Amino acid sequence: MTIPFLSLSIWIPIFGGLLTLCASKERQANLARVLGLLFAIAGFLVTIPLYTGFDTGSSAMQFVEFRQWIVYFNAHYSLGVDGISMPFVILNSFITVIVILACWEVVQVKVAQYIAAFLIMSGLMNGIFSAQDGLLFYVFFEASLIPLYLAIGIWGGPNRVYAALKFFLYTLLGSLLMLVAFIYLYLESRGSFELADWHALRLGLQSQSWIFWAFLASFAVKVPMWPVHTWLPDAHVEAPTGGSVVLAAIALKLGAYGFLRFSLPIAPDASQYFAPLMIALSLIAVIYIGFVAIVQADMKKLVAYSSISHMGFVTLGFFMFNPLGVEGALVQMISHGFVSAAMFLCIGVLYDRMHSRQIADYGGVVNVMPRFAALYMLFAMANAGLPATSGFVGEFMVILGAVQFNFWVGFAAATTLILGASYTLWMYKRVIFGAITNPHVAELQDINGRETLFLVVLALCVLGMGIYPFPVTEVMHASVADLLAHVAAGKL
Amino acid sequence: MRSMLNLYLLVPLAPLAGALLAGLCGKLIGRRGAHVVTILGVAISLLASLVVFQDVRAGNTFDGALYTWATSGGLRFEVGFLIDSLTSTMMLVVTSVSLMVHIYTIGYMAEDPGYQRFFSYISLFTFSMLMLVMSNNFLQLFFGWEAVGLVSYLLIGFWYTRPTAIYANLKAFLVNRVGDFGFLLGIGLIAAFAGTLNYGEVFARAPDLVDLVVPATGWPLMTAVCICLFIGAMGKSAQVPLHVWLPDSMEGPTPISALIHAATMVTAGIFMVSRMSPLFELSDAALSFVLVIGATTALFMGFLGIVQNDIKRVVAYSTLSQLGYMTVALGVSAYSAAVFHLMTHAFFKALLFLAAGSVIIGMHHDQDMRNMGGLRKYMPVTWITSLLGSLALIGMPFFAGFYSKDAIIEAVRHSQLPGAGYAAFCVLAGVFVTAFYSFRMYFLVFHGEERFGHGAHGHTAHAGHADEDHGADDAHSHGLAPGQKPHESPWVVTLPLVLLAIPSVVIGFFTIEPMLLGDWFAGVISVAEHHDSLAELRETFHGALGMAVHGLMTLPFWLAIGGVLTAWVFYLKLPHLPARIEAHLMPVRRLLDNKYYFDRFNEIVFAGGARLLGRGLWKGGDQMLIDGVLVNGSARAVGWISRLSRGVQSGLIYQYAFWIIIGVVLLLGLWWPILREGALAR
Repeated sequence: MTIPFLSLSIWIPIFGGLLTLCASKERQANLARVLGLLFAIAGFLVTIPLYTGFDTGSSAMQFVEFRQWIVYFNAHYSLGVDGISMPFVILNSFITVIVILACWEVVQVKVAQYIAAFLIMSGLMNGIFSAQDGLLFYVFFEASLIPLYLAIGIWGGPNRVYAALKFFLYTLLGSLLMLVAFIYLYLESRGSFELADWHALRLGLQSQSWIFWAFLASFAVKVPMWPVHTWLPDAHVEAPTGGSVVLAAIALKLGAYGFLRFSLPIAPDASQYFAPLMIALSLIAVIYIGFVAIVQADMKKLVAYSSISHMGFVTLGFFMFNPLGVEGALVQMISHGFVSAAMFLCIGVLYDRMHSRQIADYGGVVNVMPRFAALYMLFAMANAGLPATSGFVGEFMVILGAVQFNFWVGFAAATTLILGASYTLWMYKRVIFGAITNPHVAELQDINGRETLFLVVLALCVLGMGIYPFPVTEVMHASVADLLAHVAAGKL
Repeated sequence: MRSMLNLYLLVPLAPLAGALLAGLCGKLIGRRGAHVVTILGVAISLLASLVVFQDVRAGNTFDGALYTWATSGGLRFEVGFLIDSLTSTMMLVVTSVSLMVHIYTIGYMAEDPGYQRFFSYISLFTFSMLMLVMSNNFLQLFFGWEAVGLVSYLLIGFWYTRPTAIYANLKAFLVNRVGDFGFLLGIGLIAAFAGTLNYGEVFARAPDLVDLVVPATGWPLMTAVCICLFIGAMGKSAQVPLHVWLPDSMEGPTPISALIHAATMVTAGIFMVSRMSPLFELSDAALSFVLVIGATTALFMGFLGIVQNDIKRVVAYSTLSQLGYMTVALGVSAYSAAVFHLMTHAFFKALLFLAAGSVIIGMHHDQDMRNMGGLRKYMPVTWITSLLGSLALIGMPFFAGFYSKDAIIEAVRHSQLPGAGYAAFCVLAGVFVTAFYSFRMYFLVFHGEERFGHGAHGHTAHAGHADEDHGADDAHSHGLAPGQKPHESPWVVTLPLVLLAIPSVVIGFFTIEPMLLGDWFAGVISVAEHHDSLAELRETFHGALGMAVHGLMTLPFWLAIGGVLTAWVFYLKLPHLPARIEAHLMPVRRLLDNKYYFDRFNEIVFAGGARLLGRGLWKGGDQMLIDGVLVNGSARAVGWISRLSRGVQSGLIYQYAFWIIIGVVLLLGLWWPILREGALAR
């Protein structure tokens, strides 16, 4: 009998989260932390066989699980991953470990609930990436909103209720339209929720367009694409560090993943028809948001805007329909998972000490926190897309793909080289370099062993992927080629 | 073959190991440990480079991949080496100058608390630069390209508490990014049309691509590719208008000014274009562009050298001008002359920078030449080596700089490209200017009256960057106390000066024949027949000695002598003359003092414009339009509609009755025709 790794990766964290809730008394906080960490690590370990046992030559779903679920609707508990989704299951489980490590001494109220929220979310996210049944996907997709909503609403900053509500309503509105599209597809395919059936379903351009827009409403908000992005900076600013990390590293990827798993294969002709629009929106995200990021005074807002700009690269890569673009976009998603997580953790490190996210309150941090400054430098450079960091790989591939697609698209995309360096390094300069002007900065302690641990682990990921991205790109080829062939063939 | 590959690997990896040891275990191994491991690393690298050089001379070249970095869309991205005559020459230049700078640093940074960090950075730089020159493909070239930029950024901002330093390093990085923007687009075009990033394969396919046009732009492909690539070179090799970062980079410690901002990194652009000669040869338009940009840099940056008072800044502008000379050589397809000048310049310019650093140590970190004078008595080694370096720089016959600069001037004179006339004027006038500012500096520093020790130092010296903090690690704003005398630097400082002075004098004499006129670069640098501007020189050349003797009778020599004499008159004989001339030429002086207003323009238009645009998009776009109108607007619309519908549900019976009546009337009105029709039918 084969071990159901995907189910394990979903249910170990969820079960662990529920168990951690049992240790919710104040004096059991340490127990909750240890339990949480153990389950997070266990959840990560069971995803490793997904990589080691992956057949890179096949574009088919692997590690498939298939059971009856709701017989009345003909919905199944159907799981599987391909080269597109597998890396994200691993990334998500990995980031969860980091998040639990990062909250260790920082979160002091409702520790068990905090840890449980993130563990449960991790399981749900894995469910999203591996669900092969539309209804199952929808359930996971919507359920994942709840823990993040709670994380922002309970452990967030002073304006957390506004931010949490904005986040929730924004994303819910989109998903409801997606549900309508799902029901339509269910009826059209004569009562099937299987994604494979939907992919094969023949549809006219008119109905494809309706479906494309319904999906777009949901996924564009999640990514987020311009102009439905304004919830993200607010949510980040109010979210606790862990919330920001998961939001940036994983939650944003759900929308982008949705495009690849739903929009492109189910509505290929509409996707091609609307590609110029999508490319235009992506480029606006890269350039417009890049400029907006430059002038931010709040570090978290700055990195939030930088996330939007980087995700613009992802959607840009998808809708050029060439392998360099799509694979570059996927690499960019994974890299952004590491880099944005690290950036938010670094800001968290500073915030825990100074209780301020304002750039103006800092200056000269390197004088008192040299170890931190060195690691932060690495992540800042990765954020600016410096070669030999993971941030370069995806950007490079997408820009190459863009020049291949159309010189001017490549030209516009490449401005990120200047914009990304401008906003990231200008922030770094004002926070880290210079003489100490604020007396509170003079009292800062350099990062401790635990903080060093998770930052160094992320640094190794960033460097490793920058120096040798081959193992990551290798698993994608078959699935991406299959997807692009499917899109090119169309359904008309 | 296997053993040679290991040797190639050793060249970059030995400095990397030194950098990692000094950087990560700096506390553990201590200051001594740091310089021992890094110097050992670079020395190993130099020895290995020598062996490789001999091997290449014996005719063995290498072109192969180390590992596959990634694959996608039919492209194979690899990391690999191309070892040929050009690479091995560059390897020698980089490692030998780097070794000198490493040794020199022991003395120069002796009291700096960031000692280990500094050694780690310069070794890391050596690694990056070697990866750049040894690459056999565009991906790795870009890796090295950006990596040297990173280390340059870290080193310019080495004294990170100084506002001017951290301003300069950000500026350097961003201006270089503008160049990289073009560079990356060029690489993108190559990938799109040649379908590979491997040099050899690209060069092989290039002739078939000549007639292609870039879709959506209408530009000839090869011209677009070459100009894009050259924009990258303009950033890295500081060509107008992307030169603005280099003078400010002097905020970094002097050893890196010598290594990075004079001898090696800034010549990466020159190296790159020489490497790409098979592409540039295919586009006359691109070559003309290169030529004009280079000529402008050569002359107009030279002018700026005349008005500087900071000793390092004079050398910096001189570097800009010399980079312009190399670029001119590229433009007239005299690639081998460009590389030749790159090599001679690396030695004499590193020498001049390190000598300037030695003067700065002697002056207790006062960099203002107006506070110096007569230093030859106190610093004999620095004095003699500086004189040799300056003679090499101005192109005195027999010195290294003569051979390379004369070759460039000859090549420009024989070029047929549009813009060659302008370039010929610029490089000739540049000879006079070079001699003038070089010997202005030389006379002000080493001759004339002793102006130091008057206690007025420090304030005038740093007029440009006043009010620096005097932090503990700030080895900068000091100067000699009244009555104090400068002193010669320790041997770790003077030894590299002497070791660099030797090639500055003789290397041109010994290498011109094989490098420039022989077949050393055959098969590596390709020149189209109608572009061969060195042909004339090759025909009339009768040995290095003859060339130098002949040089004594040519115009450039007399221009150089004229420059030296003018400097002598202005700064030794009649020291009040310059001020009087300036008074008559105030507008010119102001233009030069403001460096042609490039900085002001960039500050207002680009930096200010970006911030203004960002704020406008943020406040106007995000906050007002999207959040204000769309998001909160739709929330308000929901509220408004619900208020309306709430008004309808008032709970008052008479209102409900009223609505019922209206409804009945309306319904009847609508249905009346149908009802009547039905009645009629019945």
